[in-house]
Amino acid sequence: MPGHFEPLPGGGAAVALDEVEISIIRSLAVQLLELIGPGPAENAPDDPLAELFAEGPSEPPSDPVLQRLFPDAYSGPDVEASSPEQAEEQRAYSSEFRRFTENDLRAGKRENALAVIRSLDALTTAGDGGAVLKLSPGESEQWLRALNDLRLAIGARLDVVDEEDTDLLYRLPDEDPRKPMVMAYLWLGGLQETLVETLMS
Amino acid sequence: MGRVTAPAPLEIEKTESAEEVFAVPEPDVPWVTIVHNDPVNLMSYVTYVFQTYFGYTKDKATKLMLDVHHKGRAVVSSGTREEMERDVQAMHGYGLWATLQQDRK
Repeated sequence: MPGHFEPLPGGGAAVALDEVEISIIRSLAVQLLELIGPGPAENAPDDPLAELFAEGPSEPPSDPVLQRLFPDAYSGPDVEASSPEQAEEQRAYSSEFRRFTENDLRAGKRENALAVIRSLDALTTAGDGGAVLKLSPGESEQWLRALNDLRLAIGARLDVVDEEDTDLLYRLPDEDPRKPMVMAYLWLGGLQETLVETLMS
Repeated sequence: MGRVTAPAPLEIEKTESAEEVFAVPEPDVPWVTIVHNDPVNLMSYVTYVFQTYFGYTKDKATKLMLDVHHKGRAVVSSGTREEMERDVQAMHGYGLWATLQQDRK
């Protein structure tokens, strides 16, 4: 069934994708990879320890998508600091957390996006350019996380911050310039929803 | 690379009696991992993450997910600060919006 993952006997999931769908997912995954950027070792390919000892950034990213993918660990939307001292402490803790975790988190998200691109590139397309994508249970988990990251990225670009924003997106007129992005967002949501179902069944 | 934490400084004290050696230390105030509501994350996905990462039953995972959805946040785990940093990092890996804080009640 197009646009819906179905469980495979013995584990894993499958979905039929047409040529346009394959190219949309691939293009979005590539854009996400570019946004997340290279790991520290890519700047020092001859140094095997560069990846191991490199520290991550201590400041939050300026891009809204990256801010959503790598949020502060010690201050949230309703975690109010009770004093300026506590706010400063939260900032310092978040900064330290970021230094020790953000490189790993970026690497994980890169791996998942790369897994998506690899499995799409390995597809044998039929005469009409469509194909059936079959994922192992491990690949399903990577696809699941990557689809979520893609939706978070598009959601941040579309400025989806509460449930009402999502409702508004459903009612956008066809001539709205955001319409193609919204269609992709909703379609990816359907893919992710049916992929979760295959993993929970 | 994972978080590197230095071991707690070891205090060696001369104790007068066996009771003091085995005295239970004052429990530290625990830390908690909080997951915040996010209109993008699917309810089914959030439930899946709670079941998969924390090993919670479907009922418990669903209840926590509904708390996040309706109350805006839910405490999903508690423990030492190091454990909670690990959980928060894992949640960020799944794309959930999580923070940690000391559980001052």
